[in-house]
Amino acid sequence: MNTVFALAGVVVKELYRRKDFYVLFVLTAVITLVMGSVSFFNDAKIVRYVKEIALLLIWVSALVIAIGTTARQIPAERESRTIFPLLAKPVTRAQVILGKFAGCWLACGLALIVFYLFFGLVSASREHDWPLLNYVQALWLQWMMLGIVIAFVLLGSVVFAAPSSNATIAFVVVIGILLLGSHLNQVALQQPEPLRTIVYALYFLIPHLEWYDVRDFVIYEQHLPGWTDCGLATLYAAVYAALLLWATWLVFRRKPLSV
Amino acid sequence: MKRAAPYLTLLLLLAASFTLATVLQPRALKWSTRGQSGSLLKVVLGDSRRLFANQFFVQADVTFHSGYYPSIFDQAQAPRNSRHMTAKEGEPEAEQHEKQMNFLGPPRDWIERFGRHFLITEHTHLHGGKEREMLPWLQLSAELDPQKIETYTVAAYWLRNLGKVKEAEDFLRQGMRNNPDSYEILFELGRLCYESNHDPVRARNVWELGLRKWTEAEAAKKNPDLFQLEQIAMNLSRLEEEQGNLVRSIQLLELSKKASPSPQSLQKQINELKQKLAARPPAAAPQPR
Repeated sequence: MNTVFALAGVVVKELYRRKDFYVLFVLTAVITLVMGSVSFFNDAKIVRYVKEIALLLIWVSALVIAIGTTARQIPAERESRTIFPLLAKPVTRAQVILGKFAGCWLACGLALIVFYLFFGLVSASREHDWPLLNYVQALWLQWMMLGIVIAFVLLGSVVFAAPSSNATIAFVVVIGILLLGSHLNQVALQQPEPLRTIVYALYFLIPHLEWYDVRDFVIYEQHLPGWTDCGLATLYAAVYAALLLWATWLVFRRKPLSV
Repeated sequence: MKRAAPYLTLLLLLAASFTLATVLQPRALKWSTRGQSGSLLKVVLGDSRRLFANQFFVQADVTFHSGYYPSIFDQAQAPRNSRHMTAKEGEPEAEQHEKQMNFLGPPRDWIERFGRHFLITEHTHLHGGKEREMLPWLQLSAELDPQKIETYTVAAYWLRNLGKVKEAEDFLRQGMRNNPDSYEILFELGRLCYESNHDPVRARNVWELGLRKWTEAEAAKKNPDLFQLEQIAMNLSRLEEEQGNLVRSIQLLELSKKASPSPQSLQKQINELKQKLAARPPAAAPQPR
């Protein structure tokens, strides 16, 4: 376990040494503050559009960080040949995968904390309200969703040749699931057989990432989902992440490492 | 000298670019109509800005419903117009909208059932001053598509309700400048004059103009906008009745009756006004307009 955490620590350090996070955070902050400074009909109490824009930017930034960071982990180790001394430590391939996953996931968690802190400050400055529990729940669910995404990208990084193709495919799949995932059953019912069965099977097969998007609850100040539902969603995310990590290990354990 | 040559060439090219720009820029404005449009958004986005404008208008409606809104897969149930955004509780439009928005049927499977815990599933409208949250989207929509009339009428309605009468009037006048023949904006402007500014003379003039614009635009159509005709005629009739012009009020109610889905109740009002008019001494009755 110590080996896994040591590997994870390296990935977390990489996040704060690279400029990706800082650039995305500054962009999010600047766009949010500029939009927040616009006056609509001389009404200073309007706030939801700022929350809407800020949360959208947080979601986009978190996905970019998660996919970008994860996609280059294993290919970079192979390209620079640092994977050979790493595996000679001895570190097993399973530990490499777990370490990379834990590092990327923790790094995303840290980035999310910074983003949500900023979001909370912006909201509080306009609304004079601090619904901490809502933010914690929204952050937690988003982090769980990122766990599935990171595991999926890690699998892609041992299947696809280049990090760029892996990242592009991951973006298309994740955005596709977020936008269409919950409607695939409706689409399936309108198709003739055997397409109907195929689409319905796909609907049950894909991880339903859209569950973890509770932005509307935060923006429109609605009661968030119950903690039991959050627990079940967390379990669902854990099972999918484990499944994807297992598949990654199955591919990675016999993969030749020389480029 | 050899070292300075590349920099001198760069300076020469820069001077040439600057000179050409000053010569060509005024001509370039004449090459297309873009120079007259004035709007940066129009130049950048072209006609696609109307799509964005519509999206922002829908976003205002989503905000009005606090996130409870049909997706693109439930478009059959999506609101087809913006009347529900300005309808009061109990009005036919509000009741029809309530039925329309019942788009979430029973869940088809366990994924959908569980997924509903992470969706807003209650149909509510903003209230208690929170309606102001729609306004940024409406303003953005108007910026992108100045010809989208309902943006002005919906925004002005809520601005008035929020006590921002001046802002509502300014926004409607902006709408009038962009859509000089819009009877919808004139109707809303008349309401503002009558209900918020308590200026019946201006309200009458604006509504009469609205009625004329309606006749010019809609009377010859196969399916004219009868809803708006009824609205203008009814409100103008009420104003005339309050001002004591019963003959004109009756005329307007007759007009309204032709456009109304329930003419019986209007006939009752007409009969009452006729009785009132008959009870008046002849000298007091004003001349028909």
